[in-house]
Amino acid sequence: MNKIVEKEFFSENVAKLVIEAPEIAKSRKPGHFVIIRIDERGERIPLTIAGSDIEKGTITLVVQKVGVTSAKLLALNEGDVIRDVVGPLGKATHIENIGTVLCAGGGVGVAPLLPIVEGFKKAGNRVVTVLAARTKDLIILEDQMREFSDEVILMTDDGSSGRKGLVTAGMEEVIKREKVDMCMTIGPAIMMKFAALTTKKYNIPTEASLNTIMVDGTGMCGACRVSVGGKTKFVCVDGPEFDAHEVNFEEMMSRLGGYKELEAEAYEKYLKNAE
Amino acid sequence: MENIKEYLKAERNQEWRAELRKSMKAKERTGRERNDMLERDPNVRNKNIDEVNLGLTEELALADARRCIDCANPTCITGCPVGINIPKFIKKIETGDYLGAAVVLKETNALPAVCGRVCPQDKQCENNCFYTISLKKPAVAIGNLERFAADYERNSGQMAIPEVAAPNGIKVGVIGSGPAGLSAAGDLCKLGYDVTVFEALHEIGGVLKYGIPEFRLPNEIVDVEIEVMRKMGIKFKTNFLVGRTATIDELKEQGYEAFFVGSGAGLPRFMNIPGENYNGILSSNEYLTRVNLMNAANPDFDTPVLKGKNVAVIGGGNTAMDSVRTAKRLGAERSVIVYRRSLVEMPARVEEVKHAQEEGIEFMNLHNPVEYFADENGRVNRMRIQKMELGEPDTSGRRRPIVIPNSEFEIDVDTVVVSVGVSPNPLIPASLPNLKMTDWGTIVVDQDTMQSSIPELFAGGDIVRGGATVILAMGDGRKAAAGMHKYIQEKINK
Repeated sequence: MNKIVEKEFFSENVAKLVIEAPEIAKSRKPGHFVIIRIDERGERIPLTIAGSDIEKGTITLVVQKVGVTSAKLLALNEGDVIRDVVGPLGKATHIENIGTVLCAGGGVGVAPLLPIVEGFKKAGNRVVTVLAARTKDLIILEDQMREFSDEVILMTDDGSSGRKGLVTAGMEEVIKREKVDMCMTIGPAIMMKFAALTTKKYNIPTEASLNTIMVDGTGMCGACRVSVGGKTKFVCVDGPEFDAHEVNFEEMMSRLGGYKELEAEAYEKYLKNAE
Repeated sequence: MENIKEYLKAERNQEWRAELRKSMKAKERTGRERNDMLERDPNVRNKNIDEVNLGLTEELALADARRCIDCANPTCITGCPVGINIPKFIKKIETGDYLGAAVVLKETNALPAVCGRVCPQDKQCENNCFYTISLKKPAVAIGNLERFAADYERNSGQMAIPEVAAPNGIKVGVIGSGPAGLSAAGDLCKLGYDVTVFEALHEIGGVLKYGIPEFRLPNEIVDVEIEVMRKMGIKFKTNFLVGRTATIDELKEQGYEAFFVGSGAGLPRFMNIPGENYNGILSSNEYLTRVNLMNAANPDFDTPVLKGKNVAVIGGGNTAMDSVRTAKRLGAERSVIVYRRSLVEMPARVEEVKHAQEEGIEFMNLHNPVEYFADENGRVNRMRIQKMELGEPDTSGRRRPIVIPNSEFEIDVDTVVVSVGVSPNPLIPASLPNLKMTDWGTIVVDQDTMQSSIPELFAGGDIVRGGATVILAMGDGRKAAAGMHKYIQEKINK
């Protein structure tokens, strides 16, 4: 049983949850994720850890409402409990001092990117961060990102904040003006696909953190498999970060939709019951 | 070994056993027919998840127990990985002391109700029974009788809590709560250790919960056995991944003296053929976990499962049978096994194959998939299969399947469950760089003590064997518990 000690909405469909999980808070590193199950009838879903407080024994998760489980999660309040939280899972981000790191985050992918940005900065790198969202209200964690980035570039689809355009425009601007030694990207699959295509043009090593469907999250089920360089890999134990230039994003996007109809049906039923 | 033989002999010479042997002529015993368990109607059971086998009635159990002639040299025991005193528990049944029979089972087997259901008795104890070896007749129904005694005890509401030595205050950790871990935990607890079992999933039981379906092993039966273990004093921690949530070193700092690793065969194997990552193609681990652990077939639960109309299951083991029969129960119109060898070589329990056949499962034996195709949404819709024939025996002793050239054809499928084996779970080894591993990713252990290259770490079950049975895992757990006991006592007495 893990108590929610803090909840804050970033926007209508995105909230930050701070959850009691003292052991995970202590052992987690940037890049790690947890699997949660809300209640006895819940499903297991992976969520990347956005931060932790060892003293308070808490971890931070950022959740976007996309279906039944995330909707249920966002309906919980401070003091409520999440039945199961297990982790930290996955391989931690390989952080070293390599020079200049370009970090590109989109949507709620910005949350798990935060500890990675912090890690690279603390390792002595110059960190330039590009944050992208559809519109101003959906940009999250901007202040925290500024704290650990040498520069933050905001990109919005409608130009309501920062510059108008996609994440790739912001990335390309940085790549053209200075030497970038590596790139890290987390966001929707389609965004990571184009981020990877952009850096490939310039031969910049790029890692993408993938968020696929999982059940156990410990290597047992294989629901999370992706093709990387033509080989099948399990995101939960081989990842979640992979060489973005080798990831088959088309296949990944198709697999993310593997339960689309069932999920939509369940969500409709949930909304009806919630009324 | 001599000690065990002496012990068994002394047990056999007890008055009640001698009396019982005299009460009926051996000829009369061997002249009796073996009984079958009652089973649910195949056309009813293949639409629900109720347990298929209904067990033996008291009358049938007594009749089967009388068939056992209580041999002077009970070869059946040599076929049992946990060394159950088989004649003794069967003779207890014959005297009508069913609870006493259960006590005998629990002397060496932490989970008799489970083993009575899922053990490959036909390959183990019953294969070594006097009837099988010398009389060439059906063996004494050892497995059915084990189940009978364990079920009788459970239903009596008088579950015996095994005797536990006085607590010695020494903390030991068991990693994984599957059959290997539970077996090790049970024995360590009996020896007086302070045992904590760490489980990564949210439920205790490992493969008994996520893998074996309800219709073969109801979860309730596993839960009752676990409850007994709790009452013995064993502690369970779910959602705890050793090596991640806390490392072995951190646990040592918390006072743990030794560990048993029974983390199982985690990674499902795929065949690496074109199209295998299309939607609708999944591992048996995923398929069974969704249905068994997550209750996905129940609309009140949130986890979804694909309910295919045309389901192909690739493989011929118990897990393949479990998957294909699950698919039938989820409403598949066609539920077919695709296996590259013939029925004779199938590793599944004979009974499971028989049940599958009765339930309307199709068998495409001597067939092997080579490619999958998908619709415009990326969902599998067809598979290409090639025909096989059998050649010379390979290293496993089974005849090697050989491709018949130009034999390929296609069938329609909308769901494919790949059940071609598993690889050891890499999580624990990855967190212990000094741990000696085989090239196959299994932990190297001493065959007698199950001790690994890290002295305080012992291991057993699929993480050592790479993929075996519940009972072999339990045998390992017992052996490891004895090995750990010896290791710790020697360390203390130094």
